Amino acid sequence: MAAASFTPKVPKSWDRDPLLKVDHLSMRFGGLVAVGDVSFRAGRGEVTAVIGPNGAGKTTVFNCITGFYKPSTGRLALMQGGPATMAELDALTAGGRAWAKTAAGATYLLERLPDHKVSSRAKVARTFQNIRLFSGMTVLENLLVAQHMSLTQAGLINPVALLNLPSWRRKQKAALELALYWLDKIGLTARADDPAGDLPYGDQRRLEIARAMCTQPVLLCLDEPAAGLNPRESHELNTLLRAIRTEHQTSILLIEHDMSVVMEISDHVVVLEYGRKIADGAPGDVRNDPKVIASYLGVEDEAEAVAVTGVPA
Amino acid sequence: MDIFLQQLINGLTLGSIYGLIAIGYTMVFGIIGMVNFAHGDVFMVSAFIALICVLLLTTVVGISSIFLVLAITLVVAMAFTGLVSWAIERLAYRPLRGSFRLAPMISAIGMSIFLSNFVQVAQGPRNKPLPPMVPDVIVLMERDGYQVTLAYKQILIMAVTAGLLFGFWWLVQKTPLGRAQRACEQDRKMAALLGINVDRTISLTFVIGAALAAVAGVLYLMYYGVVNFADGFVPGVKAFTAAVLGGIGSLPGAVLGGLLIGLIETFWSAYFSIEYKDVAAFSILVVVLIFMPQGLLGRPEVEKV
Repeated sequence: MAAASFTPKVPKSWDRDPLLKVDHLSMRFGGLVAVGDVSFRAGRGEVTAVIGPNGAGKTTVFNCITGFYKPSTGRLALMQGGPATMAELDALTAGGRAWAKTAAGATYLLERLPDHKVSSRAKVARTFQNIRLFSGMTVLENLLVAQHMSLTQAGLINPVALLNLPSWRRKQKAALELALYWLDKIGLTARADDPAGDLPYGDQRRLEIARAMCTQPVLLCLDEPAAGLNPRESHELNTLLRAIRTEHQTSILLIEHDMSVVMEISDHVVVLEYGRKIADGAPGDVRNDPKVIASYLGVEDEAEAVAVTGVPA
Repeated sequence: MDIFLQQLINGLTLGSIYGLIAIGYTMVFGIIGMVNFAHGDVFMVSAFIALICVLLLTTVVGISSIFLVLAITLVVAMAFTGLVSWAIERLAYRPLRGSFRLAPMISAIGMSIFLSNFVQVAQGPRNKPLPPMVPDVIVLMERDGYQVTLAYKQILIMAVTAGLLFGFWWLVQKTPLGRAQRACEQDRKMAALLGINVDRTISLTFVIGAALAAVAGVLYLMYYGVVNFADGFVPGVKAFTAAVLGGIGSLPGAVLGGLLIGLIETFWSAYFSIEYKDVAAFSILVVVLIFMPQGLLGRPEVEKV
């Protein structure tokens, strides 16, 4: 899957086995069209990057996918297990339900789910441009709180916890183990009991990703994870993201301005401008797309275009 | 010295009751930033539930052990009061979430008036007395005919309060529900995006706050032996004051504030004039808030992003 980057294939891997299918997504705020009729697919097990100039609507697309906003129109189908057939998808869309079992697994229409179920049922997790850790809670607690659902599922609500049942203790132990695994992964084991707000910026970024991973997502949405990182931290981030994709079969959807990150780790790039999609393809193809180069900087500003895309305009 | 000791005991007893009610105010404020003005009346309703329960158990069922009666009453009052509070949140506050800030506050004031008027109509406007329960006292010291006494029921009140506070602290600090509550307190939207059902967490917060108020209601009824439909107001305001004094949003602060208000009130009554006890309590509140606007244990206002 990872090697798909520079060899354009027909059909594309993300069309063959999409995890997320975004169809005709529009989001209007009053008269302002933040996102207009955007469609794209994010492949299973792939890293999909959404790029575009400031104000292109990237974060709005994210907010719709993760339940932060209800889109004005459009369909966001998340297909766990394997792609749903057209007939299955149409039947689900026509009916009033938010999800259905399909031959390959289960399909969720994200725009119909309440926000907490986008995480707990559809298994979509996200991070924010501005870090939103629970800064007053400890590093470890931040990771445990993300596992609230698995701890309270199957009727194990709190009064039962008082009885200290073995099954309850097992669940708690499993939650703690997962949290410690991710702490180790991001190298913060020593700081488990410090308030999350006390960590340096780069560590907070990685902790936010670890917290999202503790919800055991199938799709991880990262909003500018490399923003404000120095080159060393940025490199650590790439390592972490690659590990997530290869070791955890979690697909990644990424908004990023740092082209070195985008080109290095993504399999598929979607380019937005003024709320519309202007290009979609493998990183190598997108990088050479004249529309992309023009939209990024205006055609005449050659020097900066090279700096961003790595290719003379 | 003897008067001091006696007032210390009385003040701590009263303060325990205020503290238990104050936790409900501070928790709800912490999680949704709203002052639940109906909380004092929820406390009053719980005392009535306890009254009815005690009368039923002693006369109809005929249980003679007073401690068994109290234990059953405590459980029944906690359950029913929790239910009442859950319904209030569901009907009067949740539909207004997301509307302008004053709407739930007005709704809460309305609920407060509704509850006290409902009880007035249903139970009558007169004081409802109970025969004295647990009348035994321990005489700690005696001098010149003045006895310093520690009543069994005072011990009971302080012990129940201390035990509950420990259990409650454990709940908030160590269990997933407590973690979810603290997460919702800091960033509700983010908590939802991590799969926490925020509405349910808020409902549970109301239920827990009401259950603690119900304990206070049972203890209050046992201590004073009388309850009235208007009894929610003054203890409610005092407990709210306690929550503000301790730093609203802070759980240890609510308890500390409750104890302080109780102590100030009883000491002022003993050494100065009993008519001005409320004036004294509120004056000290004003002075503390001038110099420590966030309350004794409150965090300074943190910017939410």
